[in-house]
Amino acid sequence: MNALLQHTDSAMLVLFGLFALAGAIGMLVLQHPMRVAMALIGTMISLGGIYGLLGVHFIAAFQVLIYVSAVMVFIVYVIMLLDVRDLSFTRRFTPLALAAAVAALLFFAALAAAVWRDTGALRPGTALFGIGQFAVDFLTRYWLQFEVTSVLLVAAVVAAIVVVRLDRNDHG
Amino acid sequence: MDKFSLLLVLALALFAIGFAGVIIRRNVLVMLMCMELMLNAANLSLVTLARQTDTTAGAVLVFLVFVVAAAEIAIAIPIVLLLVRRRRTLDADAYAELKG
Repeated sequence: MNALLQHTDSAMLVLFGLFALAGAIGMLVLQHPMRVAMALIGTMISLGGIYGLLGVHFIAAFQVLIYVSAVMVFIVYVIMLLDVRDLSFTRRFTPLALAAAVAALLFFAALAAAVWRDTGALRPGTALFGIGQFAVDFLTRYWLQFEVTSVLLVAAVVAAIVVVRLDRNDHG
Repeated sequence: MDKFSLLLVLALALFAIGFAGVIIRRNVLVMLMCMELMLNAANLSLVTLARQTDTTAGAVLVFLVFVVAAAEIAIAIPIVLLLVRRRRTLDADAYAELKG
């Protein structure tokens, strides 16, 4: 029974990984931005499944809550708002697509070589950390990063307001 | 090959595909979504390494990336709306004079 569960776990992991990869490739080739958004949502949900299988359920929950519900709903609204059928719709790739694809492949190869060389030294952990351990570390050891995040959020809110006002000055 | 290296390779592939999308696609919104994909790939590698080494630092960074992604979208979408209102197009080539 235990071995069966182990196998199911690995199979699910591979399945979610393949879904994520398929969604990413779909993002690269699909024409309509809405379809690209749907492919990205599929990739994000698959990544949430992978996080769940890795045992970090709180990150899986926040992946779905923040990425799929907040960020992607925002993007989908904007796509519905701006259904512009322009040159970027009829010709979806840049003229330099081939060179760019080769560059991306080289980039992937360089990253893969670096990971291959450097991750062998990592020693696997023994105990699984839960949300309790994470919460204690988050608010005691990494409190400075937590506070800097609030500064970043304030800056983002101010910037959003400034951008909106800029628009109003131009048109009125 | 254990599952952690498999997941790391998946994260690399997602990052490279997102990178390719940013430089290949012409649509500004699609480029934005490919940037989101790159952030997601970085998150996957952070979670994988946090799980592999059993430290919480990676998980903390994932939450910071969540915040950065939300802030980035909150700024980038109004900018895209402004650009589209000015030129009525989502084509990145139409804004080529922005290159400085």
